[in-house]
Amino acid sequence: MDQQLSYLGVPLTRPKVAFFDFTSCEGCQLQILNNEATLLDFLNLVEIVNFREGMSEKSDNYDIAFIEGSISRPDEIKRLEAIRHNAKIVVALGSCACFGGVNQLKNRFNDLNWVKKEVYGDFPIETIEVHPLEKYVQVDLKIYGCPIKKEEVEKIVTNLVVGKSITSPEYPVCMECKANENICLFELGEPCLGPVTRAGCDAWCTNNRRGCWGCRGPADVANVRQLEEIMHKYGFSNETMLDRLECFGGFASLTKEIKKTKKPAAKRKK
Amino acid sequence: MIFKVFPKKKLSLLYELLAVNTMVGPTLKGKDRNGKSLYDFDVLYTFDDLALDYTATIHSAKRFVLPYHEKLSSFDINKTDWKKHVDINVYKPLVFFGMHPCDINALNKLDMVLAGNVYPNPYYIGKRKNIFIVGLDCSPEPQCFCHSMGTDSALHGFDMFLTDLGDKYFVEVLSATAFDFLSQIKSKEPSKKDHQHYKQVNALKNKNFATNVETNDLTKILDLEFDAKAWDQWGDKCLSCGTCSNVCPTCYCYGVEENIDLDLKNANKIRSLHSCNLLDFAKVSGGHNFRPEKSTRLKYRYYHKHRGFVEAFEESLCVGCGRCGQACLADITPPEVIASVRGKE
Ligand code: SF4
Ligand code: SF4
Ligand code: SF4
Ligand code: SF4
Ligand code: SF4
Repeated sequence: MDQQLSYLGVPLTRPKVAFFDFTSCEGCQLQILNNEATLLDFLNLVEIVNFREGMSEKSDNYDIAFIEGSISRPDEIKRLEAIRHNAKIVVALGSCACFGGVNQLKNRFNDLNWVKKEVYGDFPIETIEVHPLEKYVQVDLKIYGCPIKKEEVEKIVTNLVVGKSITSPEYPVCMECKANENICLFELGEPCLGPVTRAGCDAWCTNNRRGCWGCRGPADVANVRQLEEIMHKYGFSNETMLDRLECFGGFASLTKEIKKTKKPAAKRKK
Repeated sequence: MIFKVFPKKKLSLLYELLAVNTMVGPTLKGKDRNGKSLYDFDVLYTFDDLALDYTATIHSAKRFVLPYHEKLSSFDINKTDWKKHVDINVYKPLVFFGMHPCDINALNKLDMVLAGNVYPNPYYIGKRKNIFIVGLDCSPEPQCFCHSMGTDSALHGFDMFLTDLGDKYFVEVLSATAFDFLSQIKSKEPSKKDHQHYKQVNALKNKNFATNVETNDLTKILDLEFDAKAWDQWGDKCLSCGTCSNVCPTCYCYGVEENIDLDLKNANKIRSLHSCNLLDFAKVSGGHNFRPEKSTRLKYRYYHKHRGFVEAFEESLCVGCGRCGQACLADITPPEVIASVRGKE
């Protein structure tokens, strides 16, 4: 392990890597460990100095911080800022870190105190509206998905180490879904966010005949207006569509638009 | 051309003779939410898997010659250099049983670009040359407009072509291999009556087209209407999802990606089919995008099909199968797009 890492004779540096988690299920980190076949190769590429889920030693000397989870408590903000201060590169790992994730569903309720009471009863803890990392610190790279795909993380880490550029598909899930020769779920009578969601998961859900819920957030072109028409054409309500669009938080700015203009349209119908 | 006839009940015998090879053909995939049958081309395991009365398959036959993802080469990485391995990924011949004229013509068009041009593509040619094609006549569906594109009958690019004459098949024979197989099932010379019947069947097909695309002077009209409002209207609807290209039998644009394995000991080069409707399609290094608007990307897909290709090869790249319009969730169909650009909705 201590021998010099190189590619085609070019010496490479093994970056010091740390993993952190905030409000999340830790499923994304688990995806990285959940990988016996390639774990040793992964560990050979990077030097892990901090990974609560996988080891007990800790260090604040790292180049890349992989951060899972969203920010939902005031103390988390301080911890996040300290990590940003230490790291050269901050990577948001998974939907919670990128968009708030499932946790941000709580923001849908108007009365957060009521939410707190429902969840914690007589033992309240101090919580705030849920936000992605980006709300508080600069994020250099986002790895999308709930959970992330380990193959994608491995590819990104390899590219980081050898200095290759890192890209996420800008196009939507439909592209991958069709290339996998699936029957479109709309034809089978199920709603799907594939037309507006960023690809990269290889159409994980639709390959298994489940409509996409948009966990990877919006594609660079996310024609939500047209999606609305499609949903109506196939007999799904705006509510069904919004439930999905709001599930992981990635579409927050786009759903706001729809909700705003939807009310007068509904009135017109009456 | 050589013509033969054989009774319908011998079709399974023909199939079994061919089935020493891997068989591919139309097969039932399920029902849609309204109970309508959905078909696609796939590997067949028995004669019963074959659905010769199929309606338009969801995907085209393209993937058997031009897979969605294909490894072009792999590399063993040593300390300071590498060893390259190339595999054109052809291991066995395929028999394609039951291909309609539009799809045969689509392969012929792909041949022009990928097999006959300045840069022949060995991965494509290897697969194309190893397919034995049994063509099959069809009756037009509402979305079919092959007759407008001149692709409603196939003149070459297959081994034999079957036309259903009720109790028998009328066969056009194009290859010696096909002739041999037909001898083995003791096919006969067609009678004068069979000729008559064959002509009637084809005449009836021509009467049944519901969709028409006006292709007269289309290349020029597309130039004249480069700034037409219609492009923006269709562009507003477009999801930039690439579905149209993925189901199209003639879209062949691709991207190539090089990947290094996690252990840094191997690398590979993968070609994946792409679509000019995707945002990333015209993005170049440095981040500049030549076609950032949906409407421009959509327009260029039509320009390639109906203008650029015509100027290069004197025929359109579209075979009028209608699949892209059927699959487009935003209901963008070539007949409507072309009519609106011509100025008649
Ligand atoms: S199932 Fe979903 S992802 Fe697949 S083609 Fe249909 S809308 Fe797109
Ligand atoms: S199909 Fe949609 S919900 Fe499923 S993994 Fe992909 S982006 Fe996430
Ligand atoms: S497009 Fe033409 S050749 Fe193709 S299935 Fe329809 S009628 Fe047949
Ligand atoms: S034309 Fe239709 S299928 Fe093609 S990219 Fe646009 S929305 Fe998708
Ligand atoms: S452009 Fe559409 S109609 Fe024309 S060949 Fe392609 S899928 Fe068929």
